Amino acid sequence: MITIEHLTRRYGSQLAVSDVSFSCPPGTVTGFLGPNGAGKSTTMRVLCGLAEPTSGTATIAGRRYRDLPNAGRHVGVLLDAGAQHAGRTGRETLALAAMVLGVPRKRVDDVLEQVGLAGPAAGKRVGNYSLGMRQRLGIAAALLGDPQVLVLDEPANGLDPDGIRWMRGLLSGFADRGGTVLLSSHLLHEVEAVADRLVVIAAGRVVAAAGKDELLAGTGTVVRARDGAALGRALVAAGIAAEPADDGALLAGTDAEAVGLAAARAGVPLLELRAASGAGLEELFRTLTQGGDPAVPHLQEARA
Amino acid sequence: MTAPTLPAADRLPDVPAPGLGTLVRVELRKSADTRAGFWLLVSLGVLALAAPALILFFADPPDKALSEYVAVAQLPVALLLPVLGILLVTSEWSQRTALSTFALVPQRSRVLLAKLLAAVVLGGLGVVATLLSGVLAVALTPVLTADPASWSLEPAQVAQTALAQVLVVLVGVAFGLLLLSSPLAIVVYFALPTAFTVLVSTVASLDWLRDWWDLTTTTGPMYSGDLQGEGWAQVGTSTLLWLVVPLVAGWIRVQRSEIA
Repeated sequence: MITIEHLTRRYGSQLAVSDVSFSCPPGTVTGFLGPNGAGKSTTMRVLCGLAEPTSGTATIAGRRYRDLPNAGRHVGVLLDAGAQHAGRTGRETLALAAMVLGVPRKRVDDVLEQVGLAGPAAGKRVGNYSLGMRQRLGIAAALLGDPQVLVLDEPANGLDPDGIRWMRGLLSGFADRGGTVLLSSHLLHEVEAVADRLVVIAAGRVVAAAGKDELLAGTGTVVRARDGAALGRALVAAGIAAEPADDGALLAGTDAEAVGLAAARAGVPLLELRAASGAGLEELFRTLTQGGDPAVPHLQEARA
Repeated sequence: MTAPTLPAADRLPDVPAPGLGTLVRVELRKSADTRAGFWLLVSLGVLALAAPALILFFADPPDKALSEYVAVAQLPVALLLPVLGILLVTSEWSQRTALSTFALVPQRSRVLLAKLLAAVVLGGLGVVATLLSGVLAVALTPVLTADPASWSLEPAQVAQTALAQVLVVLVGVAFGLLLLSSPLAIVVYFALPTAFTVLVSTVASLDWLRDWWDLTTTTGPMYSGDLQGEGWAQVGTSTLLWLVVPLVAGWIRVQRSEIA
């Protein structure tokens, strides 16, 4: 369980993180989303004892990170895949960490195998690694101590589509076994597939935090018929609010079943009927990344 | 490939913290497991052997005693050990490994203490290397030259030399902690005390500064085992200035700084 309460971090007159609160329950993957510079890395550095909070707390299973006796055995941390000694081999990097963690040397080979760096790649110096390989090495280091919690900052950076799929499998497997995962990204689609919960941060403030389904639901149903006018009348007759969407489709303010029933009752054949999944979140996210006003009202309601 | 086992409940198992001995071994290994670190150690060993060889072949018999061989072997070691001490700290920042080091051991003072102890071990190993190289040179003197072997070496020289070398390697660590940058710390380490030595040695009215605050001057007699009386107090004051002050300031800096 990761618990962040009223966390504020100020640099001089600049607020990097302002009154951030959220929690990550065991058995879930929490996607920590926000544009670059929104405060994701600062929050994670405070969580891992690498920066002091100006006020507020960040705890893991109720304890401050610095109070964990052997932190790496509880929390696997990957904050920057580039922060490895270029002159060390991948295996040596892990061997040093294994000494500190007090895990058997065999564990190094296990995690190298697990992240796909076994064999000749393990003996290469990190300076010769691609960014994708460094991410894999960083994930291996995070898994080395067999932790219950994973904290990963932009772990998908530099991974190819295969690598991203592999990482999704790894993280959901970890959560299915009861682990807690917090991973950040500035790209919605990177975490959408794996996260159970989403925390969206912009300009240092949490603008949305809830279960993914909760955030994606409530955004309505996209419905389209050849005879758009007839469909519109059918929806009005059923008392369903709707507004025009792209390509002559309508965005109805209820679930797909109600819309389908209304159309069937009026005898209007449909070309398309689907949940408007993520449309609202994507829109929010687009506004955020384009530096627009982060206060999108209808998502504020979804705040947990 | 093993699947990690995870407790379903949100309870952290009690795992002991890594012991100080383990952390010291990790730091020692870090100083030798990169190409730069490895070759620095090799050149230290080679130079510790080469310096007595010069005496062996080019000096006159009175200088071919064990005490002389050991004394001359200190010069390259005293030059390179502080660099080793600096890199022990600054490579964590130049290579940004501080991020994972302090994520694994968030109690930063434990890591810093381990680095200091590792530096002491390296200083001790450096002195052992010079002793071995001195012994080798004495043994080879009658074989390679017409001069006799002379095994004279005062215990005081060994003890004071070891102390001086440990002091200089710790000064390196202190400069590394204070500046957190390899090139900056190395340049400042060599430039600042040298400039100070030159200044206080050339200006006659600054003699008291040289005698009490210049580490190069005060530790000079230690390499021949001649430090005594007031000399110890002078080593104390100059150590305060060049070791304790930067060490304390650097320690506080690392404790307070954000690791990014």
